Amino acid sequence: MRRKAILALVVALAIVATATAQQKEIRVLLANHPYGDLLKSAIPEFEASSGIKVNLEQYQEGQLSTKLATEFATGSSTVDVFMTRPLQETKMFYKNGWYQPLASYDFADFPKASLGLVSFGSKTYVVPIVTEWQVLYYRIDLLKKAGLAVPTTFADLEAAAKRLNSADVAGFASRGKGNPAVTQMSSFLYNYGGTYLDKGKAVFNSKAALDAIRFYGKMLGTYGPAGVTAMSWDNIMPVFQAGKIAMWTDASVFYSQIVDPAKSQVPAESVGIANFPAGPKGNTPFIVVSWGMAISKKTKSLDAAQTFLAWATSADMAKRALGNQQITVARNSPWLDKAVLAKVNPGLIETRAYAAKNGVPFDRPYMSAVGEARDRIGEVIIESINTKGESANLEKKANDMVVKVNELLEDTGEYGVQ
Amino acid sequence: MIRTGFVERNLRILFPLPAVAFVMVMMLFPVLYTLFLSFTNWNLTSGMPLKWVWLRSYGRVFAEPRFLEALGRTIVFTLSAVTLETFLGTTVALVLNREFAGKGLVKLLLLLPLVATPVAVGIVFNLFYDPTIGLANWVLTSLGLAKSNWVSGASTVLPSLILVDVWQWTPMISLIVLAGLAGLSAEPYESARVDGATEAQILRLITLPMAMPTIITAMTLRTVDGLKTFDIIYAMTGGGPGYASETLNILGYKYSFEYFRMGQSSVVLVVLFLVVLAASLGIMKLRGQSEF
Repeated sequence: MRRKAILALVVALAIVATATAQQKEIRVLLANHPYGDLLKSAIPEFEASSGIKVNLEQYQEGQLSTKLATEFATGSSTVDVFMTRPLQETKMFYKNGWYQPLASYDFADFPKASLGLVSFGSKTYVVPIVTEWQVLYYRIDLLKKAGLAVPTTFADLEAAAKRLNSADVAGFASRGKGNPAVTQMSSFLYNYGGTYLDKGKAVFNSKAALDAIRFYGKMLGTYGPAGVTAMSWDNIMPVFQAGKIAMWTDASVFYSQIVDPAKSQVPAESVGIANFPAGPKGNTPFIVVSWGMAISKKTKSLDAAQTFLAWATSADMAKRALGNQQITVARNSPWLDKAVLAKVNPGLIETRAYAAKNGVPFDRPYMSAVGEARDRIGEVIIESINTKGESANLEKKANDMVVKVNELLEDTGEYGVQ
Repeated sequence: MIRTGFVERNLRILFPLPAVAFVMVMMLFPVLYTLFLSFTNWNLTSGMPLKWVWLRSYGRVFAEPRFLEALGRTIVFTLSAVTLETFLGTTVALVLNREFAGKGLVKLLLLLPLVATPVAVGIVFNLFYDPTIGLANWVLTSLGLAKSNWVSGASTVLPSLILVDVWQWTPMISLIVLAGLAGLSAEPYESARVDGATEAQILRLITLPMAMPTIITAMTLRTVDGLKTFDIIYAMTGGGPGYASETLNILGYKYSFEYFRMGQSSVVLVVLFLVVLAASLGIMKLRGQSEF
């Protein structure tokens, strides 16, 4: 009797195991980003239509990088598909051979500039999902009350910040925390005629770059919120939502979060989006591919991973993201679809059109050791903010940090390589 | 039968075997592997395999001003926090060692910070500390005092973090010392009272010396934890603003998981290991001298 029972159990287990083996499964790692949230909510649709089971994990962006790098480096990874940050990770991930080349993917609907960063040789490794460009968020009501026009130049920006700054409201905000500030500093740098890297060498100690860093430090040190050198976008957002900031330059992607009525005390109609102001050398703000999606080189279910990637990065999904969630997608077609655009904030459409035409596709030094390079550049930015742009030591500090960043480029064999 | 004989003959070896295996795999191996990595230049951003470079990684880390600053900061943070916690914790324990109404409730309240998750504590304190919309500055201004930048200012960040550590871990010292006090023999007290000793004399000459081994044990535990503190600092400041709250553990984490320089990260962790070891040995020696 007992033997029979055991036999029946073994047979039952075998049947279950076979059935499980027949259903394909993939492991997908997404970021805590509006696009990741959208996919998470839509995955049941994918599972129903494809028959592929998706094991989903979601992480904050820094943790996602760490998780992926650790899993891939130890060779123990079972990740099939993952969200990735092209400017932050692509060089390093490509060098280590962690991306699967996407030979059969149709990239016709993507801007060429966005593919340049994720292609090596003749192969493309990442599908761009989200683009971001720098904009100026401003309080329509406060500017109107002070009789000010929306600033279009750095001189206007400074004058407006000075007028709007009070004990209760900071005239101007942007990221002051060293590492995250590097990306938002970049448009200031470009508009002063500077850049972070040129021909594989660090050049943020040039006169133009130092002028930009001084201006950034002066603006934040003089008109910024208290404790700004500890603030990234996630610290600035609640202060802006509490009505304590008049103007804020940051990435376009945050608009829908800023005006979220559940979190903001400032009504949506009081928040404007404008082009980033022009500097002495024109106006070329960054416009970058902030997020993409890729397949792991080690995937054991390449077919299923490709099916998921095609679905998650499809034009339909991109239209849902832009139309319903105001996520600034990388594909071209949603931006040409009138029905979708009718649901999008006109400020986003206008600033995108400007940045797409005039912008620079980098917001940080494009190198493998970018995390550390950002910390080093951040040291110079913090020095400038702490001294309201007046530091006598700034040039020396920038020179020292240029040496450090060049060392990093040498460590990874990228020094002097375009 | 033979098998049983083997087991019985080797009981002394077999019984501790699981524990020994655990220590080897989970503790000894990671330490030795970290030591091995510290002599390599393993760097994920270069995409190249690791190479044995003798002491070159040590040279690069030691030449970095951030490293020495982090070492100093780790020691300052730990010394300040443990001193304050020991003083406050022992005082609270002495108070709780007496009978008074509501003692049970006070003990329960005292336990609360201990059971809170450090990351959650960090997030909540960050809300308090926010210089623009936080409660801490509202309290200061209500009292007519000047605002502080708390964890957002380079000069105020370390004291602000020490305050959080003190808030969370003072109760641990109290509990350990209280347990020690409860176990003290009553005889010396009776003799002292018969001899006409004052309460202050009893505290200074009897209670504290007798409780000293316990106090030092509590200090050892807190010192080791303090040197290794990671969660509260990482959750609250990530080592910032700039590098103003970067301790060795945070620096080691950044080297490995943000810069992907595993070799140099291992150097930082080897140094931290040695610091913790030296501190533990030092305090244990102190405890040996204080045995009553």
